[in-house]
Amino acid sequence: METTQQHTIMKEEPVISIRGLHKTFGNLKVLKGIDFNLFKGENVAVLGKSGSGKSVLIKIIVGLLKPDKGDVFVLGKQVDKLDRAELDTLRLRIGFSFQNSALYDSMNVYQNLAFPLTMNVKNQSKKDIDDAVNEVLDAVGLKDKINQMPSDLSGGQRKRIGIARTLILKPEIMLYDEPTSGLDPITSAEIIELINEVQQKYNTSSVIITHDLTCAKNTGNRIAMLFGGKFIKDGKFEDVFESDEEHIKGFYNYNFIQ
Amino acid sequence: MKKTKTKKYIFSKGIDDYFTGVNNAWKFVTLFFKEVSKKPFHLREVIHQCFEIGLKSLPLITLTGFIVGIVFTKQSRPSLEDFGATSWLPSLIGIAIVRALGPLVTALICAGKVGSGIGAELGSMKVTEQIEAMEVSAINPFKYLVVTRVLATTITIPLLALYCSFFGLLGSFINVHAQETSSLLTYYQNAFSSISFLDIFASVAKSIAYGFTIGIVGSYKGYNATQGTRGVGKAANQAVVLSMFLIFVEELFFVQISNWIRYF
Ligand SMILES: Nc1ncnc2c1ncn2[C@@H]1O[C@H](COP(=O)(O)OP(=O)(O)OP(=O)(O)O)[C@@H](O)[C@H]1O
Ligand SMILES: [Mg+2]
Repeated sequence: METTQQHTIMKEEPVISIRGLHKTFGNLKVLKGIDFNLFKGENVAVLGKSGSGKSVLIKIIVGLLKPDKGDVFVLGKQVDKLDRAELDTLRLRIGFSFQNSALYDSMNVYQNLAFPLTMNVKNQSKKDIDDAVNEVLDAVGLKDKINQMPSDLSGGQRKRIGIARTLILKPEIMLYDEPTSGLDPITSAEIIELINEVQQKYNTSSVIITHDLTCAKNTGNRIAMLFGGKFIKDGKFEDVFESDEEHIKGFYNYNFIQ
Repeated sequence: MKKTKTKKYIFSKGIDDYFTGVNNAWKFVTLFFKEVSKKPFHLREVIHQCFEIGLKSLPLITLTGFIVGIVFTKQSRPSLEDFGATSWLPSLIGIAIVRALGPLVTALICAGKVGSGIGAELGSMKVTEQIEAMEVSAINPFKYLVVTRVLATTITIPLLALYCSFFGLLGSFINVHAQETSSLLTYYQNAFSSISFLDIFASVAKSIAYGFTIGIVGSYKGYNATQGTRGVGKAANQAVVLSMFLIFVEELFFVQISNWIRYF
């Protein structure tokens, strides 16, 4: 359990840096002044209850949503100031694993994985593509599902294929949106292991969004707690949950049935 | 906490929403023309969509064209008989089918079959975040999904309309043949004697417009679907209703234009 936490972290260069981020939908103020850094090689687990704006936060990081106010720097680029081509170049360096996997359901597993590659990398032989697909399928342990349609996969398998699809472009940053939600404890443990393997094998920096404390504890080198549109706590798992603050306690008590 | 501001409307919520809707649709159409000439062209996907749309509608269009031909001939015969002018039947039917029925019937069938299909497919991709997934993989989903489909309908539907007209005339011939035993060749010669190049041209031109309408309306409704699975059904449904409505409006417009040209 402790192996990844001891992984040494370079604290110098933040790969994601967010200052004073605000986001409002209509009358609903979702994010109210987010400050956040993700350092190279680090896994940060973002905790927060449903509707607190976790998905909105990472959608802003990849430029799917625009911030109302504040600066968002990813790999040195200010995301909301990029034109389409620059944004695409940046997005190739970021992997985004969706909350509900978002596999293309008109394509089989092979086509799902090959699609980002064939669309973005020119002049590849069939063999290059096959090799890349096999490599990521191997990494997520689902080689035998290569010809299945997404509708024939289980929820956990879909999550893994979704992760494999983002890995195929060899991202430097991984953003996981609720990788273990809706999964049984055993499958969750497998996904947690996969996230840690990915971090080591591909040397990624990751943001893992979750409300599952087991997942947060075992994947995050650091925990950040989102509440009321701001990060109210940031630090090592033990430090965060030593707090007596009510919202944090509530989270802890539910997850570990004291 | 600050007081939440209530939103101000220029007219009322309904009217404002309507004009926002029109504005959004207009932006969608102009985006299509901006993107269509830019690389990459996804030619393979366009061809794939043409086959999807064309082949899947073929049986239905064959049957409908054929039946329309038979029924229309049967219905017109008595009136022409009153004037002893049944020999005009082929040219009358030829004009009716090539000028109006072929393109219109094809467009309405495709609005139902293809338009709803596009609306539902893109709608479900939207609500399950597959469109966003493309976007974060640095693929332009508008180009890959919308532009290819609109091109495919714009190319395929005129071809289907000609095909439908051909089968309409064939159906009509069966009826004529049963009564007058003329040969297929003389029937087609008769039918086409009254059809000018302008008729074929106008027929193709308006089918292009119908094809474009079906593709763009289906894509627009699907691409902007909201509210989960309910939104998918709504997108498919609205795609059919709106494109049928627009097809009739365009038909009216085209009749006017081609009449001006004809009598100029
Ligand atoms: N595109 C949008 N338009 C309007 N409101 C939105 C939009 N996206 C999110 N919201 C609202 O923002 C709030 C935060 O949503 P978000 O999806 O980020 O929650 P979350 O923290 O990811 O929750 P969960 O754990 O349930 O996934 C919600 O109240 C949601 O209704
Ligand atoms: Mg979420």
